[in-house]
Amino acid sequence: MSNDGCGAPAQTATSADLDTQGQTVVAGKVTGGEGPLGGAYVRLLNGDGEFVGEVQASAEGDFRFYAAPGSWTVRALHRVGTGEASVTAAAPGLHQVAISVA
Amino acid sequence: MSREDVLVTTQWAEENLDTPGVVFAEVDEDTTAYDGGHIRGAVKIDWKNELQDPVRRDFVDKAGFEALLSEKGIANDDLVILYGGNNNWFAAYAYWYFKLYGHGNVKLLDGGRKKWELDGRELTQDEVKREQTAYSATEPDTSIRAFRDEVVAAIGAKNLVDVRSPDEFSGKLLAPAHLPQESAQRAGHIPTALNVPWAKTANEDGTFKSTDELTELYAQEGLDTSKATIAYCRIGERSSHTWFALHELIGLSDVKNYDGSWTEYGSLVGVPIETGATGASK
Repeated sequence: MSNDGCGAPAQTATSADLDTQGQTVVAGKVTGGEGPLGGAYVRLLNGDGEFVGEVQASAEGDFRFYAAPGSWTVRALHRVGTGEASVTAAAPGLHQVAISVA
Repeated sequence: MSREDVLVTTQWAEENLDTPGVVFAEVDEDTTAYDGGHIRGAVKIDWKNELQDPVRRDFVDKAGFEALLSEKGIANDDLVILYGGNNNWFAAYAYWYFKLYGHGNVKLLDGGRKKWELDGRELTQDEVKREQTAYSATEPDTSIRAFRDEVVAAIGAKNLVDVRSPDEFSGKLLAPAHLPQESAQRAGHIPTALNVPWAKTANEDGTFKSTDELTELYAQEGLDTSKATIAYCRIGERSSHTWFALHELIGLSDVKNYDGSWTEYGSLVGVPIETGATGASK
């Protein structure tokens, strides 16, 4: 991936056996009433509720952040509604979290 | 200057898609979003391939800007409405850049692509073709652009506003959290800089906070409005967003965007760097 820019890259599904190469990855899927919900804006908030980052979930609802160990909230915004979930990343590695939007 | 002079709402935009003399332009670093669906009639501007010099680290020169706008079919007297993804970061960069080259009649779509989508408004894949124009730009207005020597000289003398996230400011992260942490330059921030993340100036839906809220935010963060201000981030687009808030919405007169930003400063030999969360405001 190019690191020249700063924009959020296109999101893809994260395999459960992803080698995070020492990084702390927070990844998951956004679902709505009828299964995966594509195109939601997913925001990563830190333990104080402060905004850290935002990506747009893929058509299948996938999102991924490169964070750091700590407590995080992921919050999804979509025209059909909003939803959020918490995740604690005690150590580097893959931390999966699902968001249900209603 | 009033808010209506620099921002339009999504409602206004939808009502003016066919207004003669109004040109919509979507600006992004990754233009696949545009290709997947854009506001009807909007032209596409590729931040990386069209606004940046292909060889040197700089943006395109005056002749390049004139050629680009002519090719996009934008005339000198058109009202240009810019919008994009990433909470309008790249659109705000383009806005700053249009102003730098003397295009006065330009506004941002408040909330950008995100607000438009959250509103459930129509996007289309229709190809947009506008007739070529003969655009003429002015010499760059460097009163809104800061260069590195000026930034070093500003330490302890002017306001420096680091608009990156707290973890990038402290040195914990080198890049935003949606990107792998692979940068090579030193982490930290410019001494005396305030850390006021760009996101504090925006609502969740991507629209800018009210001018009163913005004024209060910077007062709380300790910005001395009697002094000149330089904003920076990592590559200069998030700080364009803050430049817009400070210069265009609050209306501070001497505000510059340091587009070299951390990727330049954090790689300079011999300049002071501070790490940790303690900014000038703390």
